[in-house]
Amino acid sequence: MYDLIVIGGGPAGLAAANAAWEKGLRRILIVERDRELGGILNQCIHNGFGLHRFRAELTGPEYAARFIRMLEKTGVEVALDTMALEVTPEYEVHLVSRAEGYRVVQAKAVILAMGCRERTRGAIAIPGTRPAGVLTAGAAQRYVNLEGYLPGKRVVILGSGDIGLIMARRMTLEGAKVLCCVEVLPYSGGLKRNIAQCLEDYGIPLYLSHTVTQIHGRERVEGVTVAQVDASRRPIPGTERDFACDTLLLSVGLIPENELTRQAGIEIDPRTNGAVVYENMETSIPGIFACGNVAHVHDLVDFVSAESERAGCAAAEFVREGERARGDFLELKAGEGVSYTVPQRVRPQRVDSAMEVFFRVRRVYGKSRIAVSSGGTVLRTFPRERLAPGEMEKISLAKSLLEGAQGEICIGIEEDAQ
Amino acid sequence: MYDVAIVGCGVVGAAAAYALSRYQLKVVVLEKENDVAQGCTKANSAILHAGYDPRPGTLLARLNVEGVRLAKEICRKLDVPYRECGSFVVAFSEEEMEILRELLVRGRENGVPDLRLLGGAQARALEPNLSEAVVGALYAPTAAIVSPWEYCLAMAETAVRNGAEVRLECGVRAIQRREGGFLLDTEGGSVEARYILNAAGAHADEIHNLVAPPTFEIRPDRGEYYLLDKSEGNRVRHVIFQCPTKVGKGTLVAPTVHGNLIVGPNNELPQDREDVATTAEGLEYVARTAKLSVPSVDLRQSIRNFSGIRAASDREDFIIEQAAPGMIDLAGIKSPGLSAAPAIANMAVDLLRKAGLELCEKPNFVDTRTRVRFRELPPEQKAEVIRANPAYGRVICRCETVTEGEILDALHTPIPPRSVDGVKRRCGAGMGRCQGGFCGPRVVEILSRELGMPATEILQDKAGSRILLAETKGGSAHV
Amino acid sequence: MTEITCIVCPKGCRLVVDEENDYAVTGNSCPRGAEYGRAERKNPVRTLTSTVRLRGGLYPRCPVRTEAPIPKALIFEAMRLLEAVELEAPVREGQAVIEDILGTGTRFVATKDMPKC
Repeated sequence: MYDLIVIGGGPAGLAAANAAWEKGLRRILIVERDRELGGILNQCIHNGFGLHRFRAELTGPEYAARFIRMLEKTGVEVALDTMALEVTPEYEVHLVSRAEGYRVVQAKAVILAMGCRERTRGAIAIPGTRPAGVLTAGAAQRYVNLEGYLPGKRVVILGSGDIGLIMARRMTLEGAKVLCCVEVLPYSGGLKRNIAQCLEDYGIPLYLSHTVTQIHGRERVEGVTVAQVDASRRPIPGTERDFACDTLLLSVGLIPENELTRQAGIEIDPRTNGAVVYENMETSIPGIFACGNVAHVHDLVDFVSAESERAGCAAAEFVREGERARGDFLELKAGEGVSYTVPQRVRPQRVDSAMEVFFRVRRVYGKSRIAVSSGGTVLRTFPRERLAPGEMEKISLAKSLLEGAQGEICIGIEEDAQ
Repeated sequence: MYDVAIVGCGVVGAAAAYALSRYQLKVVVLEKENDVAQGCTKANSAILHAGYDPRPGTLLARLNVEGVRLAKEICRKLDVPYRECGSFVVAFSEEEMEILRELLVRGRENGVPDLRLLGGAQARALEPNLSEAVVGALYAPTAAIVSPWEYCLAMAETAVRNGAEVRLECGVRAIQRREGGFLLDTEGGSVEARYILNAAGAHADEIHNLVAPPTFEIRPDRGEYYLLDKSEGNRVRHVIFQCPTKVGKGTLVAPTVHGNLIVGPNNELPQDREDVATTAEGLEYVARTAKLSVPSVDLRQSIRNFSGIRAASDREDFIIEQAAPGMIDLAGIKSPGLSAAPAIANMAVDLLRKAGLELCEKPNFVDTRTRVRFRELPPEQKAEVIRANPAYGRVICRCETVTEGEILDALHTPIPPRSVDGVKRRCGAGMGRCQGGFCGPRVVEILSRELGMPATEILQDKAGSRILLAETKGGSAHV
Repeated sequence: MTEITCIVCPKGCRLVVDEENDYAVTGNSCPRGAEYGRAERKNPVRTLTSTVRLRGGLYPRCPVRTEAPIPKALIFEAMRLLEAVELEAPVREGQAVIEDILGTGTRFVATKDMPKC
């Protein structure tokens, strides 16, 4: 019997387990399907992690190592090379591994920290042939950085998410020719810094409002057709251009990995594709928590760690004090220009002094204000110089504000007149 | 000298090999690709049609109805995913109801059991996501869904277990008549055989013309499909057809035996016989048309698009006849070819017998096949198989819960996979929502290790489909 | 005159740097932007991350980085240095892989513990 089982040994799981140990839980198990801890950070060998958390520019493995070393000082158990096949609402976790076979372990609480997966070609229905050489940027990253293989020599990248940008530079450094990066939206979803240092540094053009309309080549990619798109993202006839290449990398979005969550019957938010969570990252099943990219896709691992520590603390409290009455909660609503919020629900009585709310906007905004309102009354505004969908926003709401709200809190964007 | 050489290892070639392997014969199957089921068999609607569609008196009608009856039994014996889910043909107007009544009459004449007409409300009671515009449906409870490539594989593997040979990458280039038979010149060497079965699918006319003057022409058409995530797998419980038109059975929405939803096809002309590209227009047409019968189908849940060739010919019916003395054509195998395959095979065996081939049953014919499907085992059996073989404890494909043990099993089957997609077809790794993004590199690693080949030589699918083009750091031999 | 994107904050100002005029920066909205623009034109530097070959570890590659940023112009040459390196597990994070990168005085170090296995 464990106090807590954490599913996933990436940045979210590591931070959650450390925090739960810190809060006094002693029987904690991390389940990790890979042969080592650290999750996706192990293949993110570039620097730029930890600016918020450690005031240092760490590489992915270095960032993970800081948490792994903390963990090594605790008595948290780790089951590597182990897959969780099922989580029940009664906190039973079905595990399978070479070493231990099939077993069902019981806990008093569970933290879901399975991360996310990449959207694929099928999800965006790119027409054309189906040759080898079309792969997600993350799969390419694994091949290049962990396994030491180059999946292509002449590369076009579709999507300007951060992994795609990072791989543009990485493959260039390893001797590939990256012809261009193609983005269907009129702006990039990646960090400015990555556009400057991964594309501009190497003279790789970024074509905004363009997409890949056709893949060529029967067995291996031989080329792609790229076309400009109109405001509704439809290709504009006559703007097609062919690029001769052997590889198409896809960086077209991430999807939280919630198979176990759904199976357990936990309520999912169709906007985040993650569990609906309360202020302490608790899901619709008391005692089951979700944090990190399984709850919503983050841009910065620093925020994953912080969010997961909150989940770890809350799980410890749950185990110590048992289930409390759910109590009244406020619904957090995504208002004008906001695509989702996390958490989706708040119990003001459970908030210490303030609570952080994460959200994303639907489009790029110039100078504007984030307006927090309840029942049509604006309770507070936060000025911003710029807002973009690629950059997750974070505001802090005071307990007093939450207590003054009626039934719901709405977060919306008001753009200043130009 | 072989008794029979079968050209092509799609579902028809495999069914013929399976049927012949119960006799004391030397049988070889010559396949041009590096795996079986690589042509029409791989990419179609995956449906065993009940048999109300073809006109009575045709081979299409007779072999369809007989074929699906045999298929049910074969899938049970050879452990092929199969489900008799039934099908609806829906009508949107009184004119279309008239077509359904014709299909009902035709189906009964063809010997299709249990057909009946339903009203719109009745149909929606059985299939709640049907459009409100549906005014009636023809219900055929014996229609089934199947895994077409596993069906083909199962028959081919069983044939091999019973002594037949399957030779891959042996495309037939020329055929010469010899004393008492034929000499086939293939990409993998020459083969002598007394009889030839031409099951070359989209290339059947080319094979025919190597031996005899042209009597038919393959006129392939192509259909495009969406495969949707398992979250859409229960959108419908039956195969939902629209009224057939001159060019085919129209766009359908159907569950798959793997738990997904399949939506398609359209009907268009490919550039050539290997052209299985998809098009923006084709996919759009499929999406629009499918929503007429099932408006709630969520195409954003697409995990893969594909298209498949149908080896139709310039004749209306299947072409199952002697091409020349000693050679039999099994050609023009359009829909319902998948449904009819075992019946086509039996007819081919019969024609061979009439042509003088002696058929003597083997006393020890093996007619069973099973494989471990880890995901489907109850917990105690999961524990048991891992105890026996720890490789079942290592999950490689997380979407479909496919273990290393199942991949190793596939590598020890009579027709082992040579590519990542070959592994996928045999045990499902990479078939799920992430489409091999996660397990692809791990399958490459296992194939590289087990086949003793460098990872840079591992193929995605057909010859030429290398995945990794070089090593970084100038390669391991660089130092 | 050169136009560059500022990366100091997410705003991404388009900076114009006038090399002729003592690297004067315009288009910035804050002093940090001006500083970045000047440095980026005078002496652009980058942290370079990559891998080297590894024997006896969990993977055949070990990740490495430059301990400090190196001149941007040296990046491809520095990459070539890594081709000649092969490490043997175990490797410790921070372990020197190349002592002095092309006379910069900066080292390449491993960025991950790679135990023997």
